[in-house]
Amino acid sequence: MEKIYTRPSTIREGATSGFCPGCMHSTVHKLVAEVIDELGIANKVMTVWGVGCCILGSGYTTHDSFGSPHGRACAMASAYKRCNPDEIVYSYQGDGDLASIGIAETIYAANRGENFTVIFINNSTYGMTGGQMAPTTLVGQKATTAPKGRDPQQHGYPVHVCELLATLQAPAYLERVTCLDAKNVIKTKAAIKKAFQNQIDGKGFSLVEIMSNCPTNWGMTPLETLEYMKEHTLKEFPLGVFRDR
Amino acid sequence: MPKVEIRSESCKACEYCVVTCPNKVLAIGEANNSKGYHYVVPANPDACIGCKLCAIVCPDAAIEVYK
Amino acid sequence: MEKVFMKGCEAIAEAAIRGGCRFFAGYPITPQNEIPEYFARRMPEVGGIFLQGESEVASINMINGAAYGGTRSMTSSSSCGISLKAEGVSQAASSRLPIVVCSVMRGGPGVGPITGSQQDYWQATKAHGNGGYKMIVFTPESVQEAVDMTFNAFEYAEKYRNPVMILIDGVIGVMMEPIELPDMISDEELAKNKAAKKAEYCIGPRDGRTQKHPVEVTDGGPMGKNHAAWEMYKGWAETETDVELYMVDDAELVISAYGIAARIAKSAISILRAEGYKVGLVRPKRVFPFPEKAFASLCPEKVKGILDVEMSMPPQLAEDVNAATKGAIPMDYCLTTYGVILNRDDIIAKAKEMLDK
Repeated sequence: MEKIYTRPSTIREGATSGFCPGCMHSTVHKLVAEVIDELGIANKVMTVWGVGCCILGSGYTTHDSFGSPHGRACAMASAYKRCNPDEIVYSYQGDGDLASIGIAETIYAANRGENFTVIFINNSTYGMTGGQMAPTTLVGQKATTAPKGRDPQQHGYPVHVCELLATLQAPAYLERVTCLDAKNVIKTKAAIKKAFQNQIDGKGFSLVEIMSNCPTNWGMTPLETLEYMKEHTLKEFPLGVFRDR
Repeated sequence: MPKVEIRSESCKACEYCVVTCPNKVLAIGEANNSKGYHYVVPANPDACIGCKLCAIVCPDAAIEVYK
Repeated sequence: MEKVFMKGCEAIAEAAIRGGCRFFAGYPITPQNEIPEYFARRMPEVGGIFLQGESEVASINMINGAAYGGTRSMTSSSSCGISLKAEGVSQAASSRLPIVVCSVMRGGPGVGPITGSQQDYWQATKAHGNGGYKMIVFTPESVQEAVDMTFNAFEYAEKYRNPVMILIDGVIGVMMEPIELPDMISDEELAKNKAAKKAEYCIGPRDGRTQKHPVEVTDGGPMGKNHAAWEMYKGWAETETDVELYMVDDAELVISAYGIAARIAKSAISILRAEGYKVGLVRPKRVFPFPEKAFASLCPEKVKGILDVEMSMPPQLAEDVNAATKGAIPMDYCLTTYGVILNRDDIIAKAKEMLDK
């Protein structure tokens, strides 16, 4: 009997991810590790961790890595990649990190067409700090700093990173995907693989935005978050390819 | 015959695999793992067709599939 | 050795390149724009990389990213820009990255005037960013010293795996002087150094390396990293102070000053000496670690007073000097601030006033 699905080689043996049950951060870590195996690049990958739940990945996968201060992963990755062009560099960031405190670093790395890959987890909340309003929190969605739900009059509207970056000339690839069912997980993996392949091919800045959940801070069971995402999140953040060249 | 194996220590009982399996092979088990989760077990193993969908949706890489 | 006539900022950039700097990121701010401008022209000629960051914050994080890969990296800025860089320098101190930061002081607080000043002594030596880290802080008084210190700064940064600061004022930055440039470190040597450092700095299993950052996890448990850093800072007091004692032996009045203030003070001293006034100077060439012994060993029976000369109000160096002498020698001041350059004659007048009392 043949093993037809197993753990990727760069998930630490015996490790359990530090993420909460049902958190799609875990799914994405698994997919990134699978892609790294399939492309045969495990020995030349450098991960640049964002701040927040992202950093839980550092004890889970075994890729070379370093951490960045809040929001600065794209700046650090830009420089590392330029100084080490033969390596495969990716930043792994959440929405608070990438789209709020680090929005300048994100936009300018994209605008320079830096040849690295961004894995962007959008779960509409600040997970590790305990559920504050994120740049991507939906209108009406409750957060500890928006107890009555996001009110556009007070907080403005959710920030759409792919659409924003698609106004720039330089980015090579921008796609929004999700992991809420098997079909979409397969699509997400394909997008991640393409974003890494683009880097190998020297095409420049590639970003995959993965619509994710946060069962703990949304106050839902994992299965309930899937329904919420279908009904609300994906209506605000439509899936699709925003740039591919 | 296809079969699934659950790495019980990695399972967090999110139930994604349970609702994904087309043949209802998997179910939340009775026993706890060391972290206190009622890890998933193949309750109906004979129905497995080796489609891998459970393993694909599993966030925690806790499922291995044989065919 | 090559003799040239160069502006301070440009000489610093050239010295950095000769010392192996192959990545520079910076953001425009006066009075240090000649540094990034020089790097932008020169880096492509030596196979290095210049990146204009979208902000001060991005720039410092860029050089940290480059440093992780073993590339000798540097940024520069001025005063309020150095404040913004505190985030990344603090992170470099935590991650023990060998970066070089050139701080070209202008007036403050806040945005301040763009002219030269010495108001960032505390920022450089006491509380730059969060967490209580320290850096070796070089304070040249001339373009030649700035060149020599910058050239060697990367060695110090790598030796201690810690940020190093070159602290100059806007005057030295824009001043032109004849200098001797050191020879360029060879590409082969740099490539070898980069590979060795990269293997040391990155976390990961690649090529059979250990999986943890060697200084993130130490034998000392959760406090080990900071404890090790503290031990290192304490050790510097013994091994890394650098001070010039200028005509101090018979001095009845000692001036405390660094950088351009010391340079102006020396000019005042030559005039005072010609008129028979026994005035000397203690000049820290590095303001951290502070040359405490040089001040502590001044004899209160012989030295009537200390004249602290700085382009800063409130005076900042003065606090370290008084701490070293334990207040045993009375201090008076000759100060300017907010980007106003010191006047030699004011120093002379103040010195005479103190000695004629």
